[in-house]
Amino acid sequence: MFGTIIIVFREVLEAAILIGIVAAATRGIPGRNRWLVGGVVLGLLGSALVAFSTESIATLASGMGQELFNATVLGIAVVMLAWHNIWMTTHGAQLAASAKSVGSEIRDGTQECSILLVVIGLAVLREGSETVLFLYGIATSDANSASTMLMAGAIGLAAGAAVGYLLYAGLLRVPLRWFFTATSVLVLLLAAGMASQAARFLIQADIIPSLAAPLWDTSGLLPAQSIPGMLLHGLIGYEDRPSGMQMIFYVVVLAAIALGMKWASATHNAKRKGVS
Amino acid sequence: MISARLVSFLIALFAVLLLVSPGFADDTEFALVIKDHRFQPAELLVPAGKKIKLKVQNQDSTPEEFESHDLNREKVIPGNSTATIYIGPLKEGRYPFVGEFNEKTAQGVIVAK
Repeated sequence: MFGTIIIVFREVLEAAILIGIVAAATRGIPGRNRWLVGGVVLGLLGSALVAFSTESIATLASGMGQELFNATVLGIAVVMLAWHNIWMTTHGAQLAASAKSVGSEIRDGTQECSILLVVIGLAVLREGSETVLFLYGIATSDANSASTMLMAGAIGLAAGAAVGYLLYAGLLRVPLRWFFTATSVLVLLLAAGMASQAARFLIQADIIPSLAAPLWDTSGLLPAQSIPGMLLHGLIGYEDRPSGMQMIFYVVVLAAIALGMKWASATHNAKRKGVS
Repeated sequence: MISARLVSFLIALFAVLLLVSPGFADDTEFALVIKDHRFQPAELLVPAGKKIKLKVQNQDSTPEEFESHDLNREKVIPGNSTATIYIGPLKEGRYPFVGEFNEKTAQGVIVAK
């Protein structure tokens, strides 16, 4: 029972952290909640679909379908988060400042919300499909444990969701002056962490080399399976034994998004100066 | 613009790293079997400093997730099927792994020498 709770918690946690941060980062965008719930629902439907096509996915790309699928899902999420962050550098402050939004902002907001839907849907899909498979395995191997399984699954889910909610509520308490810096730094680190995970799947599939592996070993100091390790993994992509290639992915994505944000705010400011 | 140059440099660096990646075909292959939620053999001896192609055959009808923090690997293996997982090159040492879906019984270790 306890093992089941931990596994479900671990799977839910990553998605919950992402949802908490993204929900906070998109506050003030009209109609956001509907898109958020839509993302979760689509993600859940998708994860059931993925779980039941595991076998066909696994046999794709000469047995490396699962790795490619995961890397692709992560890659799309990274691009979406990058786009979100760059868009937010110019629109975020306006959105939060005025509760009432003018026409163009609503249109921009809809575009932004569809990004939100995809990012959340993908996160739920990835973590959800593994949970479905795991629970399915228990349910079929031991008929008596079905109710225990449901119970453990519900506790794990609630615990994971609670962490996501705490993160969200905590972020909303950050003063507006620092709010956008705080959320965009979190989204930036989230995206970099996902890029590093994508690299790990590509290494596992032998598509790219691992280079130095492991680059460091902090498993004695802060094990990735510990609660703080799991939280840090969800937040900033912490790993106790990453490979050199993962680090390259992490740094390149981090730098690329940061530069994109800098460039966007520079052109935005230049435009504003030109108008006035 | 400095930033544009930096981005193109990083992209170029990345591309080079992808190209120079050695695609050695002579991977050393090893096999593991999952049966009744246990790994056979529970201890697998592999050469250190070489990339290993690990074939894991799941003979159970339920899915299993091969997971190892020490090897930095995780892969779901559907019931009654075989998965390939590339590991290493490893330094000498012991690398425990588990079947995450049945962690109580599904435990094993890869020993690199």
